[in-house]
Amino acid sequence: MAFFNITSPHQQTKRRTPEIMQLVILALVPGILVHSYLFGSAIFVQIVLAIFTALIAESVFLKLRKRPILNSLKDYSAVVTAILLAISIPSLAPWWIIVIGTLFAILIVKNLYGGLGQNIFNPAMAGYVVLLISFPVQMTAWLPIQSMQAFPVSFHDILSLIFTGFSIDGYTVTQIKTSIDGYSIATPLETIRNAIHSGSTISETLKTTLFSSDSLQGSQWVNLAFLAGGLFLLKKRIILWYIPVSFIAAITIFSFIAFASDPDLYSSPLYHLFSGATMLGAFFILTDPVTASTTVKGRIIYGSLCALLVIIIRNVGGYPDAVAFAVLLANMCVPLIDYYTKPKAYGRKRT
Amino acid sequence: MKQQTESHSEIATENTDQALTEKNTASIYKELSFQGLWKNNPGIVQLLGLCPLLAVTNTLTNALGLGLATLFVVIASNVLISLIRHHVPKAIRIPVFVMIIASLVSCIQLLMNAYTYHLYLSLGIFIPLIVTNCMIIGRAEAFASKNNVKHSAFDGLMMGLGFTAVLILLGATREVLAQGTLFDGIETLLGDWASFMTMTVYNTDTSFLLAALPPGAFIIMGLIIAIKNVIDKKISDK
Repeated sequence: MAFFNITSPHQQTKRRTPEIMQLVILALVPGILVHSYLFGSAIFVQIVLAIFTALIAESVFLKLRKRPILNSLKDYSAVVTAILLAISIPSLAPWWIIVIGTLFAILIVKNLYGGLGQNIFNPAMAGYVVLLISFPVQMTAWLPIQSMQAFPVSFHDILSLIFTGFSIDGYTVTQIKTSIDGYSIATPLETIRNAIHSGSTISETLKTTLFSSDSLQGSQWVNLAFLAGGLFLLKKRIILWYIPVSFIAAITIFSFIAFASDPDLYSSPLYHLFSGATMLGAFFILTDPVTASTTVKGRIIYGSLCALLVIIIRNVGGYPDAVAFAVLLANMCVPLIDYYTKPKAYGRKRT
Repeated sequence: MKQQTESHSEIATENTDQALTEKNTASIYKELSFQGLWKNNPGIVQLLGLCPLLAVTNTLTNALGLGLATLFVVIASNVLISLIRHHVPKAIRIPVFVMIIASLVSCIQLLMNAYTYHLYLSLGIFIPLIVTNCMIIGRAEAFASKNNVKHSAFDGLMMGLGFTAVLILLGATREVLAQGTLFDGIETLLGDWASFMTMTVYNTDTSFLLAALPPGAFIIMGLIIAIKNVIDKKISDK
């Protein structure tokens, strides 16, 4: 009689890092496609630029550290970081924005701490925060969705805008962003923030032309696409459900508390769930296996903490979106969370 | 603060003073310079006075201004404390040292208010805060209260120069990264004749704000310390 012992945690397929990273990239594809369909194909230029910068930076640094270069390049982790950063920034930002952000993420946040697996902070989000703090003008130049853009932007225009700052006809990003009527369009989160600061209520803002259903739907569709990609990752068991579910549930709860207290000042839970980087954050950024908490309870605490920070920063903070800041702040708490949620060994008394 | 300075002074005492007493004069000065500028640099090795070090180094001019002020205070306090070292009861030495340093800082504050008014405004609270710079009271306790005036003055000079050098390095790096200039606003420190020193390293429409903000200071400071450690390791490997 033969006994087949399976060791915990009972996962039959043994995945290596490159395979996991490839699946993550695959899961990002629907979001990127929807984004490029709605907002133009500039995002591909940014992704290519980011990947090139990341690979070059990684190999140069590994050479300096006298580590095998190919091994690290082949695990695709730098590529994932690059893609996450590229889809977080405005697609028409000048080329040096994404280059500086990627260099910072790869060199300082990842490799100075010892490379993959050693970094405390999520590299992509740290790079994003550096860019947002350093270059507020370029980092808030979001384009409205294509049907609302003042001038048609061809692929040549995109290349020209990214590398020289002007389109073929000589328009800047700000001019393209601002339509003939002279109003400019920010992301939905930003529009609401500005409207509330100037004294109007949310229900009023939602009715204005600035905020027509098209523009709102833009970011909603992108969020839905990332949600689909995230569900694929869940099904493939690349990520576990604790962090995304606790994050999304906590976002709903916390934003509902604020919404219930004053619906004219704070947006509804549904709005918070499908705007900004909520879904991208829930499935792709918070779940970074290196910087997130590793215990079951810890993951739930980590997800909820991020959600609380996101809602606080979105509602009363100085920046329109908050996922990046929330992730970095929660990253700092991870060692503490892990320390206090360490599972007790079987048979040991609870203390 | 008392506890802090005492713990720092213990470290400094071990490193410098015991070795110093037996050596001849020339090598004492050499040793003091080496300790102050490199091996026990208050900025990047002892990490003393980090608050002004990180807060005011957003431009080279600010860094230079604060560095010179600190240099003056540390030399003067070392000399005064060394002069009175046999007359101060041990039990109340720390309050006495703090009083002396505070008076010196008040002097430099009034002087800067009178002669470099714009720099005085841009350094703000960090001039009076020189009093709390642990480097100064650390040198008073660890060195000046145990050594003669000449050596104390030289120790103050070298420690002050070491601190100023770090300030200048940090200030220059941050200013170049953030604005692409060097010595911007130098006329507020040295007078109008010095305005030719302002130079533009590169022109940029958008400044790299992070370098001008406190987080940038922390990151660049960390990199400077890392470079120093690399150099030390290279030397010890040889």
